[in-house]
Amino acid sequence: MSEPLIVLSGVTRTFGTGAAAFQALRGVDLTIEEGEFVAIMGPSGSGKSSMMNILGCLDTPSGGSYRFRGLRVEDLNRDQRALLRRHALGFVFQGFNLLARTSAQENVELPLLYRGETVEARHDAARAALAAVGLEGWGHHSPAELSGGQQQRVAIARALVTNPSLLLADEPTGNLDTERSREIMDLLVALNRDKGITVVMVTHESDMAAYARRIVRLVDGKVESDIRNAAPAGVVPGAH
Amino acid sequence: MIWNALLLALREIRRNLMRSFLTILGIVIGVSAVITMVTLGNGATRAVSDQIASLGSNLLIIRPGQHLGPGRDSAGAAAFKVADVETLKTQVSGLAAVVPVTNKSVTLVAMARNWSTGVTGTTRDWFATGKWQIVSGRIFNEAEERAGAAACVIGETIRRELFGSQDPLGQQIRVKQFSCEVIGLLASKGQSTMGNDQDDLLVMPLRTVQRRLTGSIDVASLMISVRDDASMDIAKDQVSWLMRERRHIGAGDNDDFSVMDTRQIAETLSGTTKVMTGLLGAVAAVSLLVGGIGIMNIMLVSVTERTREIGIRLAIGALEREVLLQFLIEAVALASLGGIIGILLATLASIGGAALMHVPYLFNPAINLLSFGFSAAIGVVFGYVPARRAARLDPIEALRHE
Ligand SMILES: Nc1ncnc2c1ncn2[C@@H]1O[C@H](COP(=O)(O)OP(=O)(O)O)[C@@H](O)[C@H]1O
Ligand SMILES: [Mg+2]
Repeated sequence: MSEPLIVLSGVTRTFGTGAAAFQALRGVDLTIEEGEFVAIMGPSGSGKSSMMNILGCLDTPSGGSYRFRGLRVEDLNRDQRALLRRHALGFVFQGFNLLARTSAQENVELPLLYRGETVEARHDAARAALAAVGLEGWGHHSPAELSGGQQQRVAIARALVTNPSLLLADEPTGNLDTERSREIMDLLVALNRDKGITVVMVTHESDMAAYARRIVRLVDGKVESDIRNAAPAGVVPGAH
Repeated sequence: MIWNALLLALREIRRNLMRSFLTILGIVIGVSAVITMVTLGNGATRAVSDQIASLGSNLLIIRPGQHLGPGRDSAGAAAFKVADVETLKTQVSGLAAVVPVTNKSVTLVAMARNWSTGVTGTTRDWFATGKWQIVSGRIFNEAEERAGAAACVIGETIRRELFGSQDPLGQQIRVKQFSCEVIGLLASKGQSTMGNDQDDLLVMPLRTVQRRLTGSIDVASLMISVRDDASMDIAKDQVSWLMRERRHIGAGDNDDFSVMDTRQIAETLSGTTKVMTGLLGAVAAVSLLVGGIGIMNIMLVSVTERTREIGIRLAIGALEREVLLQFLIEAVALASLGGIIGILLATLASIGGAALMHVPYLFNPAINLLSFGFSAAIGVVFGYVPARRAARLDPIEALRHE
């Protein structure tokens, strides 16, 4: 079998120093293969976001090792990690994190701008990505003119416009009602299934976690359980 | 990468038009102040030279003392006498006219109205030498000149202030203890560039002024016009030599009078306006620097305000130097925009100001380019600190920023 996409071994993350030091991750071992759909669950403060930041190369482990496609991330410098994010990763956040007063189209084009793609390539790719999330024709709207569900879809379009290997979503449905949440989950499932994008998603709702094929539970900065979901929701149309 | 950063920067400027405008206000004001000051100063300098040059290139002016212009010091040097006029006329060849001039400040009264002005006591040659025209009436004749008659020729301002809509000819004007009859009206020359009203004058025969106003036979200055067929340089040398002799100046001593031709006078006076131009320009340049500090201030606020945006950019994969460049280019683009708007404003202000001040509008490419370059440089200098702060943000912290 080929190299796993993600290998965390004994990853720790300590915030602060001395007496004020706090260990958010206490030795996480986790392997994720290419094409998986993983849900990370756990109580608040259990270290889910800390782990996502490390997976997303926004942060580095205090101890242990993180290999992304065999690459030791902790050995990379700030710019190298930025390039890794640019070319291999996509992010979706709970708070959408779109640029205000910027059209959906421009928001989606942003990662391509940093890749130095031509104007036409950016336009076409962004339009295609918006269409893929069901927002065809909404490109000229600014975030303030869109509903929460639509904003999150723009964020997903922005994350997938670069065809990332790994999509990281930290509570992507945290600000949405159930109906909107299900639409977003269906979208993520479809991306995972049709495009083969590996999805790692944090959620504290078991309804949403049920869409994943694997559920990892974190407690106090450690993996408490790692369960395969034989019959994930949403895979068969109309299953829920 | 630069092109991308420029694109991002321009988008950002467009997106926050109001803030962008406030940011560059200081630069706009600074640039327009510098350019306007220098342009108007240059115009004034040119106007001063033009005005004096309009008297003709064949004019010599002799004054006691060695200095000319504001702060001149002629107190120590003896005044001229009427006899000097006669001697110059007879002993120096090639002179068309030698005109004595004496001035006195007085208050005029006529038709129950007052007006303070300067009386010029001179001879009939003064009118032709100073290129004055008569619009109505006449100038004093030889008999009046010799007798020191109470006859006067007035400028347009005095006519307006004392007589309003009435015909001034034949009217009496009280000057101190005596009255003089208005016999002529001078054509208006308008305001001079140094700001004084050239039409605010009253001209009388020299003898009248000496006898009735100054009570001395002194002559304050001499105007000499040189004939067209004679050499200015030779005339000047001869005048100097003769005056040295008449004033008993020893071989090794300096002149206690100055003989200047119109070109020299123009240079001396425009030297003064040049210094003024330099000073005003320097003050305006300080305001440009203050504008730069304004840019830094607002860029720093902008970095704090846009922390989340910077976090998004970093998370998406922007490199540190790309964020740095974005903010730096934004600062430079803003400052340059301020420079361009400043140049446009300055052009309008200079054209308007030149019209108001009656000076020519002289477009000065150097000062425009310099101000533009300087404002762009200010963008780099004062944009660097905020840009570096933005680039060094921690993406996680930045994303969490509210
Ligand atoms: N930058 C930080 N500085 C100090 N403590 C932090 C920081 N980030 C997270 N923590 C702490 O680490 C623990 C885990 O946080 P987090 O990973 O955000 O948990 P979760 O996302 O599972 O709610 C929390 O107790 C939190 O207070
Ligand atoms: Mg969290």
